[in-house]
Order: sequence, then structure tokens, then C-alpha cells
Amino acid sequence: MSASLSRDEVAHLAVLARIDLTDAELDHLAPQLSVILESVASIQGVADADVPPTSHALPLTNVFREDVVEPCLSPEEALSGAPAQEQQRFSVPRILGDEQ
Amino acid sequence: MTDLRRSAADLAAELESGATTSVELTQASLDRIAEVDGSIHAFLAMNADDALAAAKASDERRAAGTLASSLDGVPIAVKDVLATRGITTTCGSRILEGWVPPYDATVVARVRAAGLPILGKTNMDEFAMGSSTEHSAYGTTHNPWDLSRIPGGSGGGSAAAVASFQAPIALGTDTGGSIRQPGAVTGTVGVKPTYGGVSRYGLVALANSLDQVGPVTRTVLDSALLHEIIGGHDPKDSTSIDRPLPALVEAVKEGASGDLTGVRVGVVTELGGEGYQAGVLARFHESLELLTKAGAEVVEVSCPHFVHALATYYLILPAEASSNLARFDAMRYGLRVLPDGIEAPSAEDVMRATREAGFGDEVKRRIIIGTYALSSGYYDAYYGQAQKVRTLISQDFAAAFERADVLVSPTAPTTAFAIGEKVDDPMAMYLNDLATIPANLAGVPGISVPSGLADEDGLPAGFQILAPALADDRCYRVGAALETLLLEQWGGPLLDKAPALDGETR
Repeated sequence: MSASLSRDEVAHLAVLARIDLTDAELDHLAPQLSVILESVASIQGVADADVPPTSHALPLTNVFREDVVEPCLSPEEALSGAPAQEQQRFSVPRILGDEQ
Repeated sequence: MTDLRRSAADLAAELESGATTSVELTQASLDRIAEVDGSIHAFLAMNADDALAAAKASDERRAAGTLASSLDGVPIAVKDVLATRGITTTCGSRILEGWVPPYDATVVARVRAAGLPILGKTNMDEFAMGSSTEHSAYGTTHNPWDLSRIPGGSGGGSAAAVASFQAPIALGTDTGGSIRQPGAVTGTVGVKPTYGGVSRYGLVALANSLDQVGPVTRTVLDSALLHEIIGGHDPKDSTSIDRPLPALVEAVKEGASGDLTGVRVGVVTELGGEGYQAGVLARFHESLELLTKAGAEVVEVSCPHFVHALATYYLILPAEASSNLARFDAMRYGLRVLPDGIEAPSAEDVMRATREAGFGDEVKRRIIIGTYALSSGYYDAYYGQAQKVRTLISQDFAAAFERADVLVSPTAPTTAFAIGEKVDDPMAMYLNDLATIPANLAGVPGISVPSGLADEDGLPAGFQILAPALADDRCYRVGAALETLLLEQWGGPLLDKAPALDGETR
């Protein structure tokens, strides 16, 4: 598998990651990302198919708590960092794009 | 006058004897910060009024005989990745500039409840991505040993604050070495606890499966004292271990006797040799000899998959980070930037413009690599493989711990490098974490203890001790023994050899 990223691929990944990148940033970052990817590609083929994957170092189990009311943030506290708010709600830009 | 060069344990004893008060001590720390932090830049935000109020409350508890902990009244600095109610928390990023959390991280709440005044928040690489603090959006922290050099990272601010006596102790976080590597290059002590041993609630996540909060101090005992305050089960963190911590302070006392009879110390073949600075290796081997003289049995162990740890880490971390940092969407908190030239931009347009303006280069690099590694068609080849190699690395640890009680290596391959030297060469920067990363991948605890100064440059090197999961006490026992033996050899703390800072009166 080829382990390098073209400028166009980086531009596409940036869209997926919801980050605008300027032309200058693409010129700067794309070669660096290729170097990183080439280095980490060394991992391919290290583990046989029968090796189980590890997502967490220690085994995880689901954790429940008692269904009782506990102290939590007030609406004012929850909204305290909001860039914009209205009627005790987060105020956000339109969420539908032109294509919808 | 309060001697800020003393350890937290000694300062607590002075508070106990009445030689000083928490208000005096806290004010002296604030004065010290005002005096020297202009040249170090360890702090991003100060919390003076609240700290002095907490100090006053501590003095009142002392008078009433109702102390909250062994370190009640001893001030502390907190890495800016931990949520602090009422104090800005930026994670070293523009995207959180000015954000004041409405809640405390569990470790912060425990530190407050234990009576430790919080001096302020310390500098770090943006979202803890880096090994030098050069990726902070608010300027680089300088190493107190040589101001032209990096203090390590990501927690360079906490390590530099402690190394320059601006704070007796600090909180750090360690995802791939961000507590231990700064400890090594600043001549201080740092501990990454067992994964799950200290709550992550309120720690702004970089990579959830790797992140741990831990102590940043000048002595092994101080780390144990702080670890016992912050550690233990927290229902608010689903990965928190629901069982008591081992007796850490006890382990330090046992180790400080200097007797390690019967302790098997494993030297990891793969964590040494090529790529390691000669002076770092020289101090490492001298430390090893001291452990042998103390009665330890030294064996060499091989962990063959550790050579893949760096690649594994730099796939798993970006994958988790790209997912975690999706929360910075400009909607509920943090920066919101409207894109130029778009009338009535959509939420997605705003998110893209905000993340372009709010994230620095390293964050963008890692998010894009993570997005790639998780994308369909590449998932099995990259992230899937990395998860499997993670298993192999854990198996290497398990096999090694059958032959040794602790594993040791140099903490970082080199001493502090020059500011600017590696900032645009990501792979060179990543290599700093070579020896610290395996512990995070396997969830095992580790400590870095100063091992002396490298001959080439006179800068500090670190000795790393790793133990099996839940056996943090072994790190403390062996770390305390090494510290005791080295202090005898040096005739005093290593930090006594650090140069005086500008404006400093000594």
C-alpha cells in the first residue's frame, strides 16, 4: 500500500476533518504528513491476523450508576462559554447547507 | 523568610511547626513567579486572589486542628489541560482562549479539598501534542537550566515551574511521556500513574485510552504525597479503577532506606543504544550500578515489539485525537470564527473556518493523520494494525515482568534541545517519546527521577522506572532508593547546580 499523501488528498482529508486549509498551509503540511505516514506505515505486517486488537490497556466494562438526581450545571453555567445564546439556548448558524 | 527551594514535604513540616503559614508561603510563591516567570514563561494564567483566600482558609484549619491532608496549605500549579472552575483553561490553544470552565476536574476538586492553594495554570503544547511546549499558542516555556532550550513537553510549564521554584509541586498529564520527559530534561521528578489510577474527569481529552494525570515534583516523596491525594476511584470516570491505591508514601519510605535486596531490575534492550546521547547513557549506567550496590539484581530483558511502539502510538493517538477534538465545533464554547466572503454561512462553514483559525500546525497535522487512519479503506492497514501491535507490546511487558519486578531505561534519549531546532520536523520531535510511549500503550505506571548531568552539555538526564499495572508502589520504592543514593553522591539536590535566573536573588 502506498504510504504518501498528495496535496489533493490532504485537501480532501481537511474537508472531512472540518478544517479549512489555505494554499500556503497545504504546501507546508502535505509533505510533512507524507513523511509521518511513511514512518508509521512500518507497522503494516507486524501483527498476524490472529492477534486480538487492544482498544484500552485495561479491560473495560460498562458502568452504571443509581438512577438518582445528582447536582449538575445550571443552565447559566452550561451556557457560560457559548459564543452566542438566545432564550437559554445555544444560538448556532444555520445547520442545513445549500445541497439540502 | 520562606525557603521555596524546600520540598513540599518539608514545607508542610514548616507549616506544622509554625515556622511559616500558608498565606506567607503562597505569597512567597506568587512573588517568586512575578520575579522569574518573565524569563521562564511557565504560567498562562494566575489565580492569586483565590490562592491567597485558600491559603487563609488553610491557616484557619490549622489553628482549629482540622487539617484536610498532609499537604494542606502547600501551593500547587496546574497544567492548563485540567478544567478549573473560575480559572481560564486554554489547553495552550487559541480555540479555547479565555474559556472559563463551569466545573472542576476531579483531580482539581481533590487538590482544593485537600487544602492546596492553586497558584495558576501552566503552559503546554496545544492540546498536549508535543514534546517541547513550542506548539503552545501562547509562546514557548524556557528551560530553567538554559533559557535557550526547551523544557520538554507537553507539560513543560509544570516542570519548569517546579524546577525554577515557582511552585513546590504541580499537576501534569502524560499521554506519551508529557510528565516524564519534561521531568527528565528539567531535573525534576514526574510520575505517570497506572491507567485508571487517577481520574480523567475534567481532563480535556487528547487520547482517552492513553491519557493519565500525575504528579510533577522535585522529590519522589512529594510525588507520592500528591499521588495519594489525587488518586483513587472516581464514579465520574468510567475507566477509573475501583480499588484502593497501593501504599505509595510507605513505598517511598521503604525505598529511601537505600536497600533493594531481592528486587529484580530489568534493563530493556530496545530502550537504549542507537539514538541515545552518550551522556544520558553514562548517567543511566551509573544509576544502574547504584541499584546493584543497593542489592538489586539487574537482568537484561528484551521487548521486541517496542521498536514498533512509536509508529503504533502515532496512529492510535491521532485517531483518538481526531475524534476527541471534533467537540471543538464553534457551537457551545470556545472560539467562533465566521468565514470571509460567505453570506449566511452554515454551521459547517463556521466550524471549518473556526478550526483553521483556532488550531495550530501540530493539531492540524495530527487530526488529518487520524482522519486518514480511520477512513474506510485504510482502517485495517493503519488503525487496526496499530491496535494489534498494541496487544503485542502489552504481551512484551507481561513477559518482561515475569523476569523483573521493574523495568528501567533512560527517560528521554537526549537532554533538552534548542528552542526551534525540531519545531518543523515532526518525526524528529516524535523521537523524544521513544522510551516513554510503551508505558502509555500498555497502561503501566512509570516514574522519571533525575540521574545527573550529561557530560556533553551539563544538562539534566532522567532515569525511568516502569512497573506492572496497579503496582505504582514499585516505581516509588525503586525511585526513592535511587534518589537517596544519588543525593549522597551529589551532596545535595541536582537543582542546586542549575544557574541563577535573571532578576533572582540567591
